[in-house]
Amino acid sequence: MGQIYDFIYNLLPYLGMWLYGFLRSLGLSEEAVFLVVGLIKAFLLANFGLIGFAILTYVERKIVARFQDRLGPNVAGPYGILQPVADGIKLLTKEDTMPAGADRWVYNLAPLIIATCALAPLVVIPFGPGAIGADLSIGVLYVLAVGSGALVGVLMAGWGSNNKYALLGAFRAVAQLISYEIPAVLSVVVVVMIAGTMSTVGIVQAQDVPYLFVLPVAALAFLLSGVAEVGRTPFDLLEAESEIVAGFHIEYSGMKFALVFLGEFVHALVVSALFAVLFLGGWRGPWLPPYLWMLIKMSVGIFLFFWLRATLPRIRIDQMLNLNWKFLTPLMILNLIGVALIDKGLRAAGVSSGMWAAGLLLFNMAMLIGALALPGYLGRRARMAALAAEAEAEAVEAAVAAH
Amino acid sequence: MLSAYAVVALYLLLSLVLLGATLLLWWALRPKKPNPLKLEAYECGVQTVGDTWVQFRAQYYIFALIFVLFDVEAVFLFPWAVAYNQLGLYAVIEMALFLLLLLGGLLYAWRKGALEWV
Repeated sequence: MGQIYDFIYNLLPYLGMWLYGFLRSLGLSEEAVFLVVGLIKAFLLANFGLIGFAILTYVERKIVARFQDRLGPNVAGPYGILQPVADGIKLLTKEDTMPAGADRWVYNLAPLIIATCALAPLVVIPFGPGAIGADLSIGVLYVLAVGSGALVGVLMAGWGSNNKYALLGAFRAVAQLISYEIPAVLSVVVVVMIAGTMSTVGIVQAQDVPYLFVLPVAALAFLLSGVAEVGRTPFDLLEAESEIVAGFHIEYSGMKFALVFLGEFVHALVVSALFAVLFLGGWRGPWLPPYLWMLIKMSVGIFLFFWLRATLPRIRIDQMLNLNWKFLTPLMILNLIGVALIDKGLRAAGVSSGMWAAGLLLFNMAMLIGALALPGYLGRRARMAALAAEAEAEAVEAAVAAH
Repeated sequence: MLSAYAVVALYLLLSLVLLGATLLLWWALRPKKPNPLKLEAYECGVQTVGDTWVQFRAQYYIFALIFVLFDVEAVFLFPWAVAYNQLGLYAVIEMALFLLLLLGGLLYAWRKGALEWV
């Protein structure tokens, strides 16, 4: 019993050791083994993204259907579980319609760039001790860098399609994605600062307390900007169906359309994986094997995305920009300064790690409450002033009418 | 350390190959019956008027400018954040001043109305 548990718990390291031993026993040199193992890892990770995409399309439709009191896909296979396969076959046999006047190369390359840039960050997501594609020392910086490469693809898709809706959607997308890059970067900087490393493995190992309970403001800002960067409801104005039909991917059909959507879903997967790594303690947790913990924590983020989509209406572009530039960005700058100073102060005072976490949590909660109360107060004051002005104008009008 | 980047390169290449393979499979399977109506730009069935590659709002440009400001700041922040644990109070306060200056710039843009969507 203990042996079986040990085997399941350490499944990934055992598999890695077995593979290494097997390849060495074939008489391969150290470099060749490294290359083959790297190739297998790359293949597994890429397929994790692709299969994750297929599963997520099904799960999203099912979950949103339950939110809306529907059944969702239920025809293809038991509980409609073969729906992604049916969708895949359908998309594979669809005609390719390239609009006349489209910029050929730009239009055709865009989906490939979007999908590749979305898949790229998966290589530095750790699924357990040692179970990682490549433990880069600049892990999170790599994720941010290649993640924003999808932006180029989006702009290419919008520009190359020779369609006004597509161009409008691309402009909105670029404005939204670059704006929300800022709070995302700042919240990652807060985590890097506390963890003292940019490596994803190092950040997970540094979290004796999940950073969600130490840096809740950064966690919230990261989640919000993550939702915005993926472009899901309530931030889906870049593909608002009722205004600009579908935004930048309006002219795509068949597999190219599938690649654009793969980009969106894998990006959601990556954001929730990154949220798990940065704020939920990654693979760490009691009893269950590390890779299971990682998958559970990832599904928490994914479910949150679906939940938001089922609950909230779409916001306007000025609201979207206001939320970022007038709220999240100043908040994160102040949070960064505050956390840096308080952390230095607490460490100088030589308090225990529990007290240190409690102190930072207290500061963050105070900041969060203040940040939520201040705009509420200002907004209420503005509304009251408007109401008073209106009442005064009415009184003047009534006085004039009485004369 | 460089070997880790080799895995990254391998992974990027492989994912490109896999995605390209699905496109190839699609190319082999899909029907090909184009006609001029099908290849028109889709604008809800209405004939397209005028050129697509039109002028765009200057507003987007302003936001892009502010973004560049903060993105360059992030380049300075990351090395500082990694070294944070070894830094003294002096370096921390210096970075706080730098950030406050940037915040001042943001507030200036706010006051000037650059952040209003008109």
